[in-house]
Amino acid sequence: MIATQLPALQIIIPLFAAPIIVLVRRSELAWIIAVVANLMCVLVAWKLLGLVNEQGIIRYSLGGWAAPTGIEYYVDSVNAPLLLLVAAISAIVLLYAYHSVKKSVDSNKHYLFYAAWMLCLSGLLGMLITGDAFNVFVFLEISSLSTYMLIAFGSDRRALTASFRYLVLGSIGASFILIGIGFLYAATGSLNMLDLAQRIPDASSERAILVAFSFISIGLMIKSAIFPLHAWLANAYHHAPITVTAFLAGTATKVSLYVFLRFLFSVFGTQYNFEYLLFNVILLPAAVLGFLIMSVVAVFQTDLRRMLAYSSVAQIGYIVAGISLATQAGLTAGYVHIINHAMIKTALFMSVGCIIYRLGHAHRPSLDNLIQTMPLTCAAFIISGLSLIGVPLTVGFVSKFTLIGAAMEKGWWMMAALVLVSSVLAIIYIGRVADVMLFRKQRLPNPIPQGRNEAPLSMLVPMYGLIFMSLYLGVYGSKTLAVASEAATQLLGGFR
Amino acid sequence: MSPVWTLLPPLLVIPFIIGFGERFRNLREASIIIAGIWLLYLNNQLYSQFVAGEAITSGELPLLSYYSLKLSVEPMGLVFGLLASFLWVVTTVYSIGYMRGHDEKNQTRFYVCFSLAIAGVMGAAYADNLLTLFVAYEAITIATFPLVTHPGTDKARNAGRLYLMLLMSGSIALLLPAIIWVATAANTLDFVPGGVLADVGLSQSATAVMLALFVFGTGKAAIMPMHRWLPAAMVAPTPVSALLHAVAVVKTGVFVLLKVVTYTFGIDMLSTTEAAQFILPVAAFTVVASSLIAFTKDNLKARLAYSTISQLSYIIMAALLATTMSVTGGVFHIVTHAFGKITLFFCAGAIMVASHKTEISQMKGLGRTMPITMGAFFIGALSIIGLPPAAGMWSKLFIAGGSLETNNLIWIGVLMLSTVLNIAYLLPIAINAFFAQSDDPKIQAKTQSGRPMAVEWNEAPFASLWAIVVTSSVCILLFLFPQPLMSLIGSIQWR
Repeated sequence: MIATQLPALQIIIPLFAAPIIVLVRRSELAWIIAVVANLMCVLVAWKLLGLVNEQGIIRYSLGGWAAPTGIEYYVDSVNAPLLLLVAAISAIVLLYAYHSVKKSVDSNKHYLFYAAWMLCLSGLLGMLITGDAFNVFVFLEISSLSTYMLIAFGSDRRALTASFRYLVLGSIGASFILIGIGFLYAATGSLNMLDLAQRIPDASSERAILVAFSFISIGLMIKSAIFPLHAWLANAYHHAPITVTAFLAGTATKVSLYVFLRFLFSVFGTQYNFEYLLFNVILLPAAVLGFLIMSVVAVFQTDLRRMLAYSSVAQIGYIVAGISLATQAGLTAGYVHIINHAMIKTALFMSVGCIIYRLGHAHRPSLDNLIQTMPLTCAAFIISGLSLIGVPLTVGFVSKFTLIGAAMEKGWWMMAALVLVSSVLAIIYIGRVADVMLFRKQRLPNPIPQGRNEAPLSMLVPMYGLIFMSLYLGVYGSKTLAVASEAATQLLGGFR
Repeated sequence: MSPVWTLLPPLLVIPFIIGFGERFRNLREASIIIAGIWLLYLNNQLYSQFVAGEAITSGELPLLSYYSLKLSVEPMGLVFGLLASFLWVVTTVYSIGYMRGHDEKNQTRFYVCFSLAIAGVMGAAYADNLLTLFVAYEAITIATFPLVTHPGTDKARNAGRLYLMLLMSGSIALLLPAIIWVATAANTLDFVPGGVLADVGLSQSATAVMLALFVFGTGKAAIMPMHRWLPAAMVAPTPVSALLHAVAVVKTGVFVLLKVVTYTFGIDMLSTTEAAQFILPVAAFTVVASSLIAFTKDNLKARLAYSTISQLSYIIMAALLATTMSVTGGVFHIVTHAFGKITLFFCAGAIMVASHKTEISQMKGLGRTMPITMGAFFIGALSIIGLPPAAGMWSKLFIAGGSLETNNLIWIGVLMLSTVLNIAYLLPIAINAFFAQSDDPKIQAKTQSGRPMAVEWNEAPFASLWAIVVTSSVCILLFLFPQPLMSLIGSIQWR
């Protein structure tokens, strides 16, 4: 009985947790409800993944209204792993968040914070699970609005401008998506993705489809912060509460990328000339320039959050580069990096969160010899940093190996070479931080207090949990690769 | 027995090292020596199983879909594994004397990183495919980085930075794509006798580029211009310079190249095409140029560092010449150079501990107070130069023979020129130590009759001295009895 309702539960649990949290209002209780709801989400996602592996695609008609009229939830091997990923990342960060939020957010607003978190989570999960184009927009708005709110919780007043900038750009992106969906509806008369996929080839007006395609692509490129449409990201990541940054870095852009993949491959299919144009003329240069320029920019940042934010844009560039290859190997590489980068970046932001918790800032040049006072946090940062560089036995290596292999297989040697250049840049920007943490002698007027001053255990444990998970998947990379290659097959095969 | 077991002793000893710590330092060092002997025993087991003709492989760990981590035993790796584990024991004994005599800080961290590096070397030695070799290669880089920065001074930090940047950027930007290229071209990363690239249709220029990526990407092999880290890393404590920068780290570099040439390209492929001809001149240039630079260095460790760079390029040349004889010589040279150079480094450290001298110009007449050390130095120098009665002669002979086989006399010329330079920058140190006048009035004090006064010996601590005697005697023993080693190397399957 419950098993058949799982797709709905995936969304309903966090969606209902939000108002309950608002009613409860007590900070601790709010946190506990959020954690419990989130853990249930993880469980549901786990079950769904198991079901998909067992019996293939799950189609679920919401409220019993059959597709294409009703809204349909559609779970296959592409989105099932991502559902688990998003729910798990959110759960880990939420477990970690308690102390950090207590310190950085006003205590009378905690319930709002956790309620917004739950809404954001349900929006993200909804975008992943839904098989309805308009429903994607609805969930996108739910997650975006709550994200603006979460960012505005930042302790710094600049958080407000950051949130506002994101609001403006995010709304532009969302409107573009809406316009695109409108055109699709006009041209085909359907909103269900499977139905769209069937109708688009016989649509009367190819121009309308082209317009729809362009609008949706641009909108999703903004939302997934693909260079050069990434302007909102750095400020938002910098000024939001660090827990929110950790959460968003692992989930928000990844979910938008998923939707992008869904539209590109499943809905529009790969038979269009303009797709070819998009891949080779727009996406590929954007991806390559993105990971090169943003890695250079990251080198010159002095705030760890900004540095990691620009590095995120660069890493999204890797994912898009893999996608733009449009081959089985390329999509596998892009998809596996969605998973791997989510884990790496979240862990990195979590370690920065520990630093901020103790020092109140994340200004690189002032982290002199931090290893003495916060050894575990520094170790976490360095391990995750090595993963970002792509040192073997980390998940980053799995991604990089697959991506470069895919580029070489297609004969795009230049791209393979540029990926490597950008990896060397990653060595530099991570190395600069490690250098200060490990070796710099104390020399500033406000030295870091001496003696062991580690972040609370409630922050360290979830962080190391995530790091061990990513190390495990770095050693058994074939597991994630198998999942990714399955997803790539599914995407290239279109809806079945 | 699975070769994975060789990873166990160096890893298992780490909790003991940390647990005993500075408080029970005798126990700490005893546990390392026990682990070292155990490791040597395991490697010896592998050797006897291999000689008995058993195929020895480990299980697989699927790191990437088609490519797994896997260990197996073949002659080249066996030579390297035996060498590294033997020298680990000797170096540990040596460093007990050195580190205490020198009163170094953070010795626990030092020994932990040391053991990790040895585990990495074992992984590299028995790697069954390029992926495993690459993983071990990177592990060694990371494990040895804290050893380079060990003194904690600004100079050490800069050296560490250079070390990490050159080695890691080289391996990620050049070596990794070369490996992935092999994977896409041949669909396998395994080491197969005769190579896997022979009939995948790579053009000659593509082969040359790929080979160049391997040679320059393997920064640990220190071919110019990737050599800068090596002299800089000499700020590390001498036992580190000795084991890691004369044996483990640099030899992993050339070991990678020898393996790649033999089991990935295949010597037939390289010797029939011209691919290697583009890189051979660079290796030859490195041999001569770094010998010339060694001349200009007055600091003993710096001179030894440049000598190492030169000797490593001998092995690179041997690999690139790609005849059975030259590669045999290359593998042999890993061993002979290791024993010769480690002796020299040990001596440099002993001189530093006992008489606090680092510059060659101060070492005149030192043979009077440190006769054993300087005698060993002489033997080590002979081995590096390639003169009898030291083992270096054999390996040089083979490499020279290999270049004769290719009918290209210019490489022989390079070897001879370098040998002359070796004589000129190494032997005078030993000769001056015994025969020149010391600037130190205490050593040079004379009796009224004009005869030199008897001076007391001022040797390094016993543990260090013991290690020096062992390594220098091995230099001679290998000259007298090269046969077991030769037959082991001779069992490499070339095709």
